[in-house]
Amino acid sequence: MASAIEIKAVSKRYGALQALDDVSITVEPGEFFALLGPNGAGKTTLISAMAGLSRPDSGSIRIMGHDVIRDFRAARMSLGVVPQELVFDPFLSVRETLRFQSGYFGLTRNDDWIDELLSKLGLADKANVNLRALSGGMKRRVMVAQALVHRPPVMVLDEPTAGVDVELRQSLWSFVKELNEAGHTIVLTTHYLEEAEALCNRIAMLKRGKLVALESKDKLLQHGKEREVALKLGGPLPGSLLPRKVREEDGRIVLKLADIAQLEHVLAALREAGVAVRELNVIEVDLESVFVNMMHGGQV
Amino acid sequence: MQGFLTLFRKELVRFWKVAFQTVAAPVLTALMYQLIFSHVLSRHVEAYPGVSYTAFLIPGLAMMSMAQNAFANSSSSLIQSKITGNIVFLLLPPLTALEFFGAYLLASIVRGVVVGAGVLLVTAWFGLPLPSHPLWVLSFAILGCGVLGTLGVIAGIWAEKFDQLAAFQNFLIMPLTFLSGVFYSINSLPPFWYVVSHVNPVFFMIDGFRYGFFGQADVSPWLSLSVVGGSFILLSGLALWLIKSGYKLRH
Repeated sequence: MASAIEIKAVSKRYGALQALDDVSITVEPGEFFALLGPNGAGKTTLISAMAGLSRPDSGSIRIMGHDVIRDFRAARMSLGVVPQELVFDPFLSVRETLRFQSGYFGLTRNDDWIDELLSKLGLADKANVNLRALSGGMKRRVMVAQALVHRPPVMVLDEPTAGVDVELRQSLWSFVKELNEAGHTIVLTTHYLEEAEALCNRIAMLKRGKLVALESKDKLLQHGKEREVALKLGGPLPGSLLPRKVREEDGRIVLKLADIAQLEHVLAALREAGVAVRELNVIEVDLESVFVNMMHGGQV
Repeated sequence: MQGFLTLFRKELVRFWKVAFQTVAAPVLTALMYQLIFSHVLSRHVEAYPGVSYTAFLIPGLAMMSMAQNAFANSSSSLIQSKITGNIVFLLLPPLTALEFFGAYLLASIVRGVVVGAGVLLVTAWFGLPLPSHPLWVLSFAILGCGVLGTLGVIAGIWAEKFDQLAAFQNFLIMPLTFLSGVFYSINSLPPFWYVVSHVNPVFFMIDGFRYGFFGQADVSPWLSLSVVGGSFILLSGLALWLIKSGYKLRH
């Protein structure tokens, strides 16, 4: 079976800016994949290249085995994209928008699916409302529906929750999760790292157009070399543990551990010194710290 | 094919929803020209033997309105989509360059022809005879709108701001349509302007269109047909190439 997305050595330059620099990524069918990186890292350029909105200077991209340039019709039929910018046609109602979008993909009599999309996205009562009259969040939902009119096996969401309220974020994610469980391959870019952490199983990180990491989420998290343990103690910290001390906060001493196994040593040292442990908290590394670490040039 | 039909229908819906502005207004403008010019000039000018100036003016005004509106349709639709960003919804689906171009072109032709029919309808009582060659009338109406609709596609793709499109419209389309023998027979022009008029394809559209009504014109309708048809083929080729190459649409 063909990969859902196969990006091979793609480079793209805009004037002096190297937007993408030899990027290769393969996403398998059914994956929930996150594309992370700061602004200007090349995420949107990469998505544009997948969608045929921009043309790479070199390299190739296939969607479900179809080259996005040579075999663009099949590639675009396989791909649904929710663009980052909030855009809409001010002349049309929600239903008209979705009907026209279906037609562009060659589909007539798509109303059953349109109705299903409308109800799943909480738009059923807005079907005949002009897009201009909808709130930003509602417009975003329409864009999601537009990306799905042709039931694409691969769906790409470019920061779909930027500037969207909490309720919508949640309903959107549960909907996207549902799609993923039904077999759709999902790629998303986001600034909210907890979203990537909660939803995705694999993550790519881009920095200045270069792929700096491409791993499963768990592996990426393991790369966070250190963990920290916050302790509330009944006495002073024994001298042998002083080198581990990172900081003190709210009456707790924070120690760093090379890995979780070192907790054993810490506890033994405390027992030996007769210092009671009143409270113990292991601080997990989150994606954010891995991310920040990498974007500041740290290696994983 | 379904993609083409859908985009074509969308383009029709777009201008029809604002028909006051896109159809009624140009018809009214043409009626004004007709009233004013026929009042001022009817006693002074006889364009062709047996053809009064008021009758002579009507097909010219109709063709000028068709040309301007065909251009306006594709160009303003494209620039609006580009500036609001919703053109992305046309770039993501599997539309071919031909489908994309064909839909904008055909919608421009429809708008042009609807406006032209409106102009003829409200001005006919000034003495327009029934067309002596209806097929010529139809051919030049469609081809003329086709040329300007195609120019509109090119301008809409090229322009990045409304200002640039307005420049295209005011400095190219307006002079071309006004200096085309709408208001006079070019045989009455001084030699320099007579020659200039002959490099203006809009002159041939109007002249051929007029021939369809009166059976006489400044040049042969076959010459006009070749000039207008040739312009159409050339410009369509250019427009298709621009769309296919992704010029200013796909980066």
